[in-house]
Amino acid sequence: MPDPSILLAALLNGLTQGAVYALIALGLTLIYGVLHIINFAHGAALMLALYAVYFLYARAGVDPYVALPIVAAAMFGLGYALQRFVVGRASHGRDENILLVTLGIAIVMENLALAIFRSDTRTIETAYTFATVNIAGALIPVAKLAALAGALVITVLLYALIARTDLGRAIRALARERQGARLVGIDAEHVFAMSFGIGFACLGAAACFLMPAYYVNPTVGSGFVLIAFTVVVLGGMGSFGGALLGGFIVGIAESLGGLAGMALGLGENMGQLAIFVIFIAVLLLRPQGLFGARA
Amino acid sequence: MTVKRDLAIGALLACGVALLPFTVQSGAVLNAVILTLFAALLGQAWNVLAGFGGQFSFGHAVFFGTGAYASAVLQIRFGVNAWAALALAVVAGAAVGAIIGVLTFRYQLRGSYFALVTLAFAEVFRILANTFPFTGAGVGMMLPLSKAAALQFPSRTGYLYLVLALVGIGFAVHLWLSHSRYGAWLAAVRDNEQSAAALGVDVFRVKLRAIVISAALMASGGVFYLQYLHYIDPGIAYGPTISVEALLGPIVGGLGTVFGPLLGAVALHALSESTRNLLGDTPGVSLALYGVVLILMVRYMPQGLAGLLARRKR
Repeated sequence: MPDPSILLAALLNGLTQGAVYALIALGLTLIYGVLHIINFAHGAALMLALYAVYFLYARAGVDPYVALPIVAAAMFGLGYALQRFVVGRASHGRDENILLVTLGIAIVMENLALAIFRSDTRTIETAYTFATVNIAGALIPVAKLAALAGALVITVLLYALIARTDLGRAIRALARERQGARLVGIDAEHVFAMSFGIGFACLGAAACFLMPAYYVNPTVGSGFVLIAFTVVVLGGMGSFGGALLGGFIVGIAESLGGLAGMALGLGENMGQLAIFVIFIAVLLLRPQGLFGARA
Repeated sequence: MTVKRDLAIGALLACGVALLPFTVQSGAVLNAVILTLFAALLGQAWNVLAGFGGQFSFGHAVFFGTGAYASAVLQIRFGVNAWAALALAVVAGAAVGAIIGVLTFRYQLRGSYFALVTLAFAEVFRILANTFPFTGAGVGMMLPLSKAAALQFPSRTGYLYLVLALVGIGFAVHLWLSHSRYGAWLAAVRDNEQSAAALGVDVFRVKLRAIVISAALMASGGVFYLQYLHYIDPGIAYGPTISVEALLGPIVGGLGTVFGPLLGAVALHALSESTRNLLGDTPGVSLALYGVVLILMVRYMPQGLAGLLARRKR
């Protein structure tokens, strides 16, 4: 049994890391859960957003948190266009096709980034990059606490969007009953593209919260794809609160798995292993997620 | 009869490739042919499960890596003869296929869920291979060069015949699937699981058999990779590149068709060679183009090149 203070630190670290995962997964749960569009390019799109944050800071001196509206808006535009003109048209109504097309988009994004930006790993150094807060003996980076706050705010905003706005009503209608929604005059293509755009905008926000304490290179996104899907599946498709909780669970599982791996002499990789084992187990045993009702 | 026609075309192609070393001296050309056949082999493996069986895997590297690592461990750690290691590695790949198949098909994972779970399995194996010193951990495993060892050849010709033989087996499997009763069951499961089950097809066993065959072929590809390049590491063996290479060819060439994986492999290699000549060796460019091709094929030509040829003929 490790020292309780190490355990507490691991828990807190896992919680804040989980907030980052939740941020990334929130956009995915909107796209994947509500509209049943499987976006395999989610990680690659996050990578592009991270590059946007990096260049805004490195070339124009824009602080990542100030850059949030710019990056989110740009990502919204990208997401809208991709769904409207590429993904939606290629699907031919089959899940597998959407998966393949979004895989194609991910390959294009990653390799164009490789061709243009090269494989160098880049970081930014803001005034608060190394700032930490001491919580009960554990040093937690300020940037990760900001990500935690960001995840909470975005969850509430998404809830409000879905529950209160006309767009939200249209999204819910399309998710429930596609044919009927079209019959009452909902422009399905537009609403699908809006959802995709909003999902991408969430990624833009996630990138702004991630970049101060993280790094970017062309393949950085691929590591997040399965993690984000794990969070979404764990929380139940289309549930924002579930994604938040799923994010925390995955973050803590990774952190504790890493700790156990270190204790057993197997290395921190065991944290990643814990995530994928959870993913497989949940899909096999409880595909409706921990908090979802069986569909 | 289409079987005879397909068989004749296949035999003719094989003869053409087999005669290459007598007419072509260039190592670069032979290497390109070997890599194209290697890609065709991976495509054939994926096509068995996805094209004929409708189960899209995003993590076929799990079988490839298992084949490569099983052979490497057997040869390096236990001194097993390379031919025996090849056979055992194929069995190991098939066994992993059976385990994943039992788990996923028993719990009725379909479509995107199946794709994601296979990817997760590949990641789990990648991390395990990365962790334990037994498999060389992050450093990987180097197959020692040796003149006496089996399955190592002084020139590219030997490797060409080896991969040609493996593609020949894959081709025979494709012929069998397109003209046998089992192939018809598999197609029925692909097209509509419920109605196949209603007609008395044992859906679970049919799918399980397909993933085992597919995994065995993929594992043989892993062994070939190890023998040809003498090196394997977790990122190569279980990483996403191999999984993508396996699915790209059949989609371009024609899903569930006998010649699809071959056509796709040839088309993609021709494409990447010509972009390299036109645009130089900038990293990422040819793969980005592969991504564009994937999107365009799904959008405009879901039947692949084979579908295009079939339409022409009619």
